[in-house]
Order: sequence, then C-alpha cells, then structure tokens
Amino acid sequence: MTPKERMAIPPQEMPQQEPAVRAHNMKEVALGYTREQAMKEASRCLNCPTKPCMQGCPVAINIPGFLAKASEGDFAGALSIIKETSLLPAVCGRVCPQEKQCQKFCTMGKILKDINKAVAIGRVERFCADLARETGAEPAVERAPRSGRKIAVIGSGPASITCAADCAKAGHDVTMFEAFHKCGGVLVFGIPEFRLPKTIVQHEVDNLKKLGVRIETNYCVGRTRKVSELVKEDGFDAVFVGTGAGLPKFMNIDGENLSGVFSANEYLTRANLMKAYWEGKADTPFWHGRKVAVLGGGNVAMDASRMALRLGAEKVYLIYRRSEVEMPARIEEIHHAKEEGVEFRTLQNAKRILGDDTGKVCAIECLKYELGEPDASGRRSPVEIPGSEFTLDVDTVVVAVGNASNPLIPATTDGLEVNKRGNIVVDPETNMSSIPGVFAGGDIVLGAATVILAMGEGRRAAKGINEYLRSK
Amino acid sequence: MNKIIEKKQLSENVFMMKLEAPLIARARRPGQFIILMVEEEFGERIPLTISDADPEEGWIQIIFQTVGATTMKLSAKDVGDSIAAVLGPLGRPTSIRGLNGEKPGRVVCVGGGIGVAPMYPIAQALKAAGNDLTIIMGARSKELFVMLDEMRALAGDKLILMTDDGSAGRKGVVTVPLKELCEKGEVDEVITIGPPIMMKFTALTTKPFGVKTVASLNTIMIDGTGMCGGCRVTVGGKTRFVCVDGPEFDAHEVDWDVMFKRMGTFKPEEAEAKEHVCRSGIFGKGVSK
Repeated sequence: MTPKERMAIPPQEMPQQEPAVRAHNMKEVALGYTREQAMKEASRCLNCPTKPCMQGCPVAINIPGFLAKASEGDFAGALSIIKETSLLPAVCGRVCPQEKQCQKFCTMGKILKDINKAVAIGRVERFCADLARETGAEPAVERAPRSGRKIAVIGSGPASITCAADCAKAGHDVTMFEAFHKCGGVLVFGIPEFRLPKTIVQHEVDNLKKLGVRIETNYCVGRTRKVSELVKEDGFDAVFVGTGAGLPKFMNIDGENLSGVFSANEYLTRANLMKAYWEGKADTPFWHGRKVAVLGGGNVAMDASRMALRLGAEKVYLIYRRSEVEMPARIEEIHHAKEEGVEFRTLQNAKRILGDDTGKVCAIECLKYELGEPDASGRRSPVEIPGSEFTLDVDTVVVAVGNASNPLIPATTDGLEVNKRGNIVVDPETNMSSIPGVFAGGDIVLGAATVILAMGEGRRAAKGINEYLRSK
Repeated sequence: MNKIIEKKQLSENVFMMKLEAPLIARARRPGQFIILMVEEEFGERIPLTISDADPEEGWIQIIFQTVGATTMKLSAKDVGDSIAAVLGPLGRPTSIRGLNGEKPGRVVCVGGGIGVAPMYPIAQALKAAGNDLTIIMGARSKELFVMLDEMRALAGDKLILMTDDGSAGRKGVVTVPLKELCEKGEVDEVITIGPPIMMKFTALTTKPFGVKTVASLNTIMIDGTGMCGGCRVTVGGKTRFVCVDGPEFDAHEVDWDVMFKRMGTFKPEEAEAKEHVCRSGIFGKGVSK
C-alpha cells in the first residue's frame, strides 16, 4: 500500500452505546472495533522511519511494529509485540490519554491537521488485547526456574501488578498485599465499569495467580505488619511499595465538610467497588443526589459526573477553573461526558459550599475566572473576576481535584526517605528507595500520574529488584 | 475469612464476638480499630473498635451495637461461622501517658455506652504505665453497661457509674463527676470514647480547667487507609482524616457540630437497611429487631 492509499482510508469510528441509553446503565460505553475496523485503522499507519509515536509512549511500545501485524490481521503477533513492553494493553488501550502521548506525535494526525484523525493506536491496542482474552489465545508466559527468593508487593494497582508479574516471571516467589477485599487498586475502586469493565482487571489478577503470585487481601502493610517485619521476620528478600496516591485533596473552602460533600474517591468507591449502584443488593449506602456539582477537570471528575447521571442525578455541573483546552482529562471522556448531558461550567470555581440547617448541602457559590499568563505548568493561569459570584442550587458536591500521596507506609517505615510532597524518593535507574531492598513505584513515587507510567515504574522496579538480588 | 469463636448477646442490641485474627491480635495496640465485612460480594465495610485481644490464642474481641445492615447481619452469625473480611489494626495507637515522654499522672477515662469497650485496652495500658486511673462509665440504664467487671478490676473503687435512670451508680450524666474531679484539681488528662454528644460535653466540661482531653472518634469510613476521606472531621479549623490522622484528637479542637452532621449523612439509609435486614428472615421467625 502506498502512503497515499493509506491516507485515503477514513479514520475508523469507535462503535459505542447511544448517549441517551448509556447515561442510564453501567455497561461499557465504547464497544470496541470489529476485526475489519482494527485492520483498516492499523493500515493507516505510515510506518514513519523516525517512529515519532514511540517517543510519546511512556514505555516505548513498538507501535509501528504492532500496527503492521494488526493491519495484516495477525493480532496475536501484534499482541506479542505490545507485550514486550506493556503488561496491560486491555487497560491502557482504554485509559491512556493517547492524544497526549503516542497519538500526539502521529504523522497522520499532523498531515490531516487534526489530532482526532491520528491513527487510533489505543483502539487497535485494545482490540488486540480483547481478542486474545476473549478467545483464550494469549501468548504463553515463560517462567524462569525458581530462584528461592521472596518478594513482597504492596498494593495491587497497575504498578504493583506489573512488578509482581515481572518478578514472578523471573522465578521469584511473590506475595501481593492489598488492604481492600479486591485487587486492582484504582482500576477497581476508581475507574468505573462503564469505562473499564472489572472483568478485565480480574483477568489480569487471575493471570498473576497463574504465574504463582500469592494474593493476600485485607492486609494493610504498615499496620497489619510493618515493612521492616516483612523483611526481618517474614523472610522477604525485597519489597515493592506501590500504594498509590490514595489521599484525596480537598479545596479548603467553607462548607466542605457538610453532609453531601464527597471526595471523588469516596463517591466512586461507593458506586464501583462497593456496588452501591445495585440498589436493593448492596449494603453500602449511596447518596442519591438530584443536582450534583463536580469540581475538577480530570478523568476522575469526568468519571464522577457520569456516575452521578447513571445513579439518577437530574442535573450534573462540572465546574473547572480553567478552560476546556487546559482540562487534563482524555478528550474522549470529555466528549462522552458532554454527550451524556453533563453541563460544563469552565472558567468557574467553587468559592464556598452552603448548607441547610441540618448540615446538608443546598447550594454552591462560585466565582467566574478568566485566563491570564501561563503558570508553572505551562497552562494559562486562571484569574478570578472580582464580584462575579453566583450560586447554583445543588444537593451534592464531589471534589475531584486530585490526590496526595498516601502517608501510611512512609509513616510506619523508619528510614524511608520521602520528599516534601510525601512521595517516596527512589533511584531513577532502579527504583530502590533509601532503604536497601525496598523499592517503590507508581503514584506513591510520581504523585498522581497515569496507569501506563505506573506500569513502567513497576517494570523498572522489577528489573531493579532482580539486579539487587543477583548482587546479594 | 475470619471465624467467630465466641458470641454473647450483652443486651437487646449489643453483642460481643471473638474473631480469629492472629495477625491483628499480635499487632494491635490500644486505641486501634478494624474494618469488617460480613459478606464480600455486596457487603459493606464498617469500622469497629477492638475491645480485647489475645496474641497467643490469636483472637480479637469486638463489641457492637446493631445500627445498620452490616451490624444486623453480623449479629445473626453464630460461633463457627466465618465473616468475609477483617482489616486491621487501623489508626494510630493511643499515646499512653507515662510511656510517651510525659510523667504518669491522674488520668480519667470517660466512656459512654459501648464506647467503654475500646476504652478497656486503653485503660489497661494506662494502668500498666503507672497512671492513677479513674474510670467514669455512663449508660441509659444498668443492663446497658458493657465490660463492667473488667473495668472494676482495673479501677477498683475509682470506678464511677452513672445512669440516666438511676438503676446503677448515680443518676445523671458522666460530666457531673468529671466536673467534680476537675474542680478538686485531681485530673491531669482525660480520655473519652462514646456517643459524640457525650464526648462534646466532656470536652466542654474540662475546657475551663485546661485539662488535656483526648477523644476517640468513630466516623463513617470505607477503606480505613486514607483513600476515601469519608471519615474527615474538622479539628482546629483543619480537615483531618480519622483513619490515618486519628482516631484520637484533642477534644477541645474537634468541631463537634460538623461531626454530628456528617455522622448523620446516611441515617435514613441505615434505618431502612436495618428494617430490610430484619424483614429478610435471617433471624428466623419471632425474633425482634
């Protein structure tokens, strides 16, 4: 096929549930490509000699390589290439912000002067992974002979899953510790079913079990056992800390502790992990707001807004102090939220939350903003317009302005160095912390970041662990 | 899975259970709590306090009151049954006077209702650290006291009982004898656990005397590890998380009114859930709620 012919192939639309229908169910919104679509979309890749897309991928997947296989219909071959560097393609294909990573650099998108017309790398990646999972055709995993070494992996999110898998493949005896009753971390408590079905995460956890990884749920390292006890008394040769950025930030405004104000973590955990959407079955209560204000502009804010609609809200406002261009959320999530009826209120920000005499939320007072000079993040900074206050009647407020690092492990582990934001300090090459044999990765090191970065960290830490054990 | 190895109904709505939980029994310190799930698939995660433990035998003891779906379902379980999950011990242990750099002193424990249960390990530790211990226990009526014998064994004649109806000890509220002790200048530190309203008035009682007062809070939680923020309270004008920053805070700094209101967030749902569980038949016929 000539480049001209490739350029003539229309970008393949993702089949999806109709907005009016899906806004009232929990099923996945994006339904996935057909085989033909996946082949066509993959054929759009120009196979640029400089491979610019790979520079945008945090784990440098050989993108043109797997797209070439997929374009021929060799999806198993494509998946093998992806799996050389990425452990969780079914997850990353769904949740990576591709327009900020691989697809941002795609030549096709540049030629067509529209990032939305770049090769849909993530969608093809997802197809390859889904096909293999659904047909039981995943590439066999080889496990090195048993090393006799014991590794503790703390947490079960993307960084930990990756580190556990890589350590198990290297022949080590791996135990994964999770405080919740289910594994998956943010993938199961945070990201909703309609964006990432739980069966996909469970499949990855099952794969770990097949690799011989032992899983201890309801076990809070730092409290049930300290890191030092795992090493000194329980015989673990190395420890990986992947406990994430699980400490919700609040806005520190008046009224934030009223009934009806939730962190997005709490709101989504009740709905997702605790299945509060399953009325009559789930014991966990849910706050069924009619008018909901969600504060923030990231993926979590989109998730919370769309969850509110699915749980019966009549009106959902998404309040964000910058403009839509600066929103950190994936473009697809922004589109989906709008299609489903979330009302975007950009360049506005909450000033205080008002309560009735029983202590329940009844309104939110906001201020209007305009964009000023670029700030440290490179984005134009929002500047409030004095005297622009206005009030919205709401009965629920969900705060989705990010997470700080979880203090539990640092607070209970003597000698573990953290920076002033509470993130564990690690060697950038090996991910080893200030304590020899204790490694860390993912959001507990990076601050709140992405699934794929966490996965990359888990992989690097596993390599670091292997080298450390060899030298011991 | 954690097996129930002992169960006792202490009063109409209050139950004691011993659960197999060897790691928690070994790690727990006074003041810490657990998160428990009765069923995994559709169950709820609730925080409960630990009233006793035996690291040798590997059990922890809980005392709970039936207030919502989960405590109702738990109360229907019997010895030999298992519950889905117990996570712990959570929260920071109590800072025990005499062990924390301060000299042992005259410490008053003020417990109300089933708040006496988590007070027991704290009182044990305070006594072991050489403090002069007074225990004030309050309940609506005599039969609602829990761990009375254990507390008497610790405090001897310095155990003061208060009931609303005068059926045991003095008639009145716990703040009456507490104020008397403060007026005599006989108190260096107060620890209080019980209904929020009682803790609030305990704090108001000691404040004029400048007596250090610590309250142990039991708010709504899901994960118990800092992730959800559902347990947050306002302390000294700042938002703090009970699960990782607490559960104990300076009682004079806690914004009690904010806490009361937050505790009521799911009241209607809890009442409905309790009703639903009662009617679901897990208690068999003729058992009242």
